[in-house]
Amino acid sequence: MTAVKSMSLSTADPAAAAPARPRLLTILTIVTPIALVISLYVALFVARTEVDQGDVQRLFYIHLPAFFGGFFAFTATVVGGIAYLRTRNAKWDRLAVAGVEVGLALSLINLLTGMFWARPIWNTWWTWDPRLTAEAIMVLTYFAYLMLRAGIDNADTRRRFAAIYGVLAFTTVIITLVITRIRPDTIHPVVVGPSVQTEAQGMFDIQATEGVRLALYTGFIPWAVLIPVTLMWYRVRLEALAERAALLKSRLLER
Amino acid sequence: MKTSFFRAVSAIVRKDLRIEFRSRELISMMGLFALLSILVFSFALELDRIARQEAISGVLWVTVIFASILGLNRSLAAERDQGNLDAMLLAPIDRPAVFIGKLVGNFLFSLLVGLALLPVMAALYNVNMIQPWVLLVLTLGTLGFSAIGTVLATMTVQTRTRESLLPIVLLPIALPVLLAAVRATTNILSGAPQDEWIAWPQILLVLDVIYLTLCVLLFEYVVEE
Repeated sequence: MTAVKSMSLSTADPAAAAPARPRLLTILTIVTPIALVISLYVALFVARTEVDQGDVQRLFYIHLPAFFGGFFAFTATVVGGIAYLRTRNAKWDRLAVAGVEVGLALSLINLLTGMFWARPIWNTWWTWDPRLTAEAIMVLTYFAYLMLRAGIDNADTRRRFAAIYGVLAFTTVIITLVITRIRPDTIHPVVVGPSVQTEAQGMFDIQATEGVRLALYTGFIPWAVLIPVTLMWYRVRLEALAERAALLKSRLLER
Repeated sequence: MKTSFFRAVSAIVRKDLRIEFRSRELISMMGLFALLSILVFSFALELDRIARQEAISGVLWVTVIFASILGLNRSLAAERDQGNLDAMLLAPIDRPAVFIGKLVGNFLFSLLVGLALLPVMAALYNVNMIQPWVLLVLTLGTLGFSAIGTVLATMTVQTRTRESLLPIVLLPIALPVLLAAVRATTNILSGAPQDEWIAWPQILLVLDVIYLTLCVLLFEYVVEE
């Protein structure tokens, strides 16, 4: 809520001075790295080593939460897009573009940790498994979103088209999420929740090893919540500042 | 007074068909491209008999999709350049009618190219392509692809990079449709029992419904001005 309020301040008059950094953002900026360090400590030292996979299994404490961080950010893009189409307030477009960039960063972390894990466990960096393919498509879709934005000069058209594309692009996120439930032939493990798989490679039981659950939950706090919120907030403010700079520049040229 | 939905749709479709019937630009370009693409594939992949069975549905779909992208760009660029899109939006008809009208035109051209490819491929690759299920999957696949393509092409013809941007924004979003269509076609052509692959046409149908609904809802925002 506070995020929305502070954003609306800067949209009242785009050329007015940028609002001071809200206190909540300052707090988040301090809390996020602390939570990140704590989660790394729990993941590396508190959780016991998984018997079959060894230390490489610890990547999972970043891998899964980072995907949900990306999911969270892409959801913000959909919310921002729909809200922009309804209200035509530029602050919602800023939220949408912030969601795409932060979501892409977290998805790439998810992909990279997955690849580092897959090298010893699956004996390959990459395989065209349904879930891996779906996620690669998802990442490409959001890169296309950024290219679409870059190709449109008129600011209103850019916001409108980006909002539409952001909604359409979310279908690829949903497919990435549910594909392991509809395609039992994927080798990607489903560790949390019910699983229909018969061919998953690298499964492990999160109940079996002491500390795995705890490390997973402590990983969710920074990767799925604090990092996306803080980064998106900064990105929204940056976009507002960039728009203000462009406006001031155009006013200067008019003189 | 508003023109009724179906009259508006059929007027737009008839307009597109008449233009095409007189110039034969689009269909000849798409058809020639599709033929060339099939030949290029058969050289590039050096297909022997077994590899052919595996690759043929992929060749079919990639060809249909790239031919459709050619068609979509032409179809929407013509509306834009000659000011016809603005005229249609000024006319007292619903926005969804404009969308469905353009969609039907694009869909028909893509489907026509796909249908024309089937006997050609059957002859060149010696595979029985003309089966009722293949026709159904071809129809469903091109429908879903054309729906997304019509919305996105209306957007990309208004951008700076124009034609080159459409495949970049369209292919990733259309990939689920393409994936389901290729899987279905491969399985049908391999002669597998029906209950092994019936899920794919079903998924394709569900995807079509989702994308059509989304596109009808979103098109209104694409063309407002």
